[in-house]
Amino acid sequence: MSFALDNRGLPIAGAPAVDVANNQRPPMLRNNALMDAIFKNLTRFFAFLVFSLLAAILVSLVIGSSASLQKYGFHFLFNDKWDPVQEDFGALVPIYGTLVTSGIALGIAIPVSFGISLFLTELSPAWLRRPLGTAIEMLAAVPSIIYGMWGLFVFAPLFQQYAQPLILKTLGNIPLVKELFSGPPMGIGMLTAGIILAVMVIPFITAVMRDVFELVPPMLKESAYGLGSTTWEVVWRVVLPYTKVGVIGGIMLGLGRALGETMAVTFVIGNAHQLSASLFAPGNSIASALANEFTEAVGDLYTSALIELGLILFVITTIVLALSKLLLMQLAKGEGERT
Amino acid sequence: MNLSETNPLFRRRRRLNAVMMTVSTGALLFGLFWLLWILGVLLYEGANALRPSLFMEMTPPPGSDGGLANAIFGSVMMAGAGTLIGTPIGILAGTYLAEYGQRGWLAPATRFINDVLLSAPSIVIGLFVYSFYVAQVRHFSGWAGAIALAIIVIPVVVRTTDDMLKLVPNSLREAAAALGAPAWKVVTMVCYRAARAGIVTGVLLAIARVAGETAPLLFTALNNQFWSSDMNKPMANLPVVIFQFAMSPYEDWHRLAWGGATLITLLVLGINIAARSLFSRK
Amino acid sequence: MASVMQAAVADKAMQPPLAPKLRVRDLNFYYGSFHAIKRVNMEIPEKRVTAFIGPSGCGKSTLLRTFNRMFELYPEQRAEGEVIVGGENILQSRRDVSLIRANIGMVFQKPTPFPMSIYDNIAFGVRLFEDLSRARMDERVEWALTKAALWKEVKDKLKQSGHSLSGGQQQRLCIARGIAVKPEVLLLDEPCSALDPISTAKVEELIHELKADYTVVIVTHNMQQAARVSDFTAYMYLGELIEFGETNQIFLKPGKQQTEDYITGRFG
Repeated sequence: MSFALDNRGLPIAGAPAVDVANNQRPPMLRNNALMDAIFKNLTRFFAFLVFSLLAAILVSLVIGSSASLQKYGFHFLFNDKWDPVQEDFGALVPIYGTLVTSGIALGIAIPVSFGISLFLTELSPAWLRRPLGTAIEMLAAVPSIIYGMWGLFVFAPLFQQYAQPLILKTLGNIPLVKELFSGPPMGIGMLTAGIILAVMVIPFITAVMRDVFELVPPMLKESAYGLGSTTWEVVWRVVLPYTKVGVIGGIMLGLGRALGETMAVTFVIGNAHQLSASLFAPGNSIASALANEFTEAVGDLYTSALIELGLILFVITTIVLALSKLLLMQLAKGEGERT
Repeated sequence: MNLSETNPLFRRRRRLNAVMMTVSTGALLFGLFWLLWILGVLLYEGANALRPSLFMEMTPPPGSDGGLANAIFGSVMMAGAGTLIGTPIGILAGTYLAEYGQRGWLAPATRFINDVLLSAPSIVIGLFVYSFYVAQVRHFSGWAGAIALAIIVIPVVVRTTDDMLKLVPNSLREAAAALGAPAWKVVTMVCYRAARAGIVTGVLLAIARVAGETAPLLFTALNNQFWSSDMNKPMANLPVVIFQFAMSPYEDWHRLAWGGATLITLLVLGINIAARSLFSRK
Repeated sequence: MASVMQAAVADKAMQPPLAPKLRVRDLNFYYGSFHAIKRVNMEIPEKRVTAFIGPSGCGKSTLLRTFNRMFELYPEQRAEGEVIVGGENILQSRRDVSLIRANIGMVFQKPTPFPMSIYDNIAFGVRLFEDLSRARMDERVEWALTKAALWKEVKDKLKQSGHSLSGGQQQRLCIARGIAVKPEVLLLDEPCSALDPISTAKVEELIHELKADYTVVIVTHNMQQAARVSDFTAYMYLGELIEFGETNQIFLKPGKQQTEDYITGRFG
């Protein structure tokens, strides 16, 4: 029970008390309630839109690759042929290329990122930290096409002229290892693509590692120093185990980006649909195959096979990125307490 | 316990520490080396290519000189359209996450998916837009490119809006509510204003991100040799032009590719630095 | 209040004069340009418990942390003067700082178990300077945990993580870890501030036993605790050492008015 209100929303003295049902409220208050509802639902609508984006992409890719899925089934994953003329398509070569280049990239990027993070958190003088951090972030901001161009025009020729012959002379003579480094030095190839990917991925992994290292409570580090540990021991035996979960999350983030990277790889991977043990050989990744062939693909099956490649890539990266996110969320909750 | 410098265990550990610290410094120099090398090459090659004709002439056929005017224009159009489409969606979705997302399942789920999308391969985004739009209308277009870029803008803006709004102290919201402001005004007139710098930074970073994206434009906007302002047709854009020109055997085209690459990098780095200084001043 | 003090302090026997384990001469300490410790001179007696008391910000923790050069981890902190242990000024020593630190144990305000098993926590410090066989290490771990009154509680779960223990147990683990390397001096920086009363009592009992073998310096903001556990007390205020003497005396008959004001609770 409340009082009747005049058109300014103020109670009218002397007027009989009435039940103020919603439709008897003054216009201004009524509008507010409506606007609140509109606004809230508007934001909710767009949140839902973002939420469904992932599923929408998945569904659209499945539909687009249906012709190929139907024709090849599981065999698609293990087929190393890629013949547009005979319409025999298989994902093995691109998948292999994607995994190998990403593997090389992580193999280089993980220790380097660790070294840089160690420097930033334990060795660097205070005045140097921010500029260095900014420099690393600049590396992350450089668009991938730049890496591709630089890789093709600058790095590959130098690699071919100096580094590859050197590798052939040294590692090329060790019995099992030499299979990895055989064939003519062309500058481009899987190894080159892996190296360039590594440089691209380093800033991402470094950023996560550094953030996570800075979460370690100073008291914990001081406890280790207090016992007479060296800096290396504090980092290796206390900081790293403490931040284990976050470090792995960061690595998986780097992996997710490496798997999906297109332009940096496409320029230098050589675009050959062949499977080869040697890292000097040209190959293909899923992204580079798509970049090179999609616009010229003729025929539904060809296009569909390419879309299926995209589907495979999307599924793999989504799983890796989801795992990364889960790990990083767990770190945020437990702050490394669980060992 | 031998606590002098003659303790062999101690000496071994100290040596290991020295080695590792050196390796760590080496890793840092290694990282800086690549950065400086890449930027150096860009400046060197780009200086050669950056002349006024870059902005005034169209992309030439192979073997002749020209500029990148249509590509620059196309990129600006599509990045602009993509940002205009993606930003409001991103801000509103991010607002939901921060302001209304304390209960229920939608907010945490959306946040999770958003972060996955943030790092998802951009070429797949291009495939997606191709599948649901380009394939249906049967032609490439500037709009398709803009949509693909919008999809890349959205997660960036959602994330920064969410983070920035969460930083606004609750006391501010309560003060506004205590004055009788309805929820929607609290958010739009108080929270947005308080988080303004951060949200703007987020949009700037999103622009920097899409300025350099190639893959999503490969099968949406395609490319156009001539000047076109029709967003409904294939549209020239810097990244795809750079890709095409760089992979070709022509010297002239290579030079133009470097010019374009330097242009993009300067823009991207410039936006990043501006965004960071804007934010830190606040 | 005074009678509680008297009761707590009354059962301490008077100790004969002692050799100083640690001498502080003209020590000044700076956080950047802030002068945090002003010309402190004191002598910490061997195999006794010395307490640093004083209001927040008086410099007691800062002073403690000069004894093992912990401040060196932070570039804007610096110390001038002398801290003499074993005849050598450790602030200017040319020996590697980790050798100096290994001789001085430190326990912090919050328990800081390393992310590893209980066994490895204890063994960590020992492994830095001693190459012990498995059997000898087991012995050392058991010895340290027994000394810290923790052995019975953890002897069946040595492989479990240090975090599986309660707060009071974790702190005793940290104390065990500190004494496992057999230091000469033990620095305790408000070791009970994060503990419940029962755990606090256990730790205080432990401190009492430890002084038979170690020189203990404890920083505490709890005056009753200082009265209970220490033999000597230093009262600090705004970076200066106001008074230093036997605990009996400081609490029952302080020499300076400032000391008396603090102890009787007139401020701080």
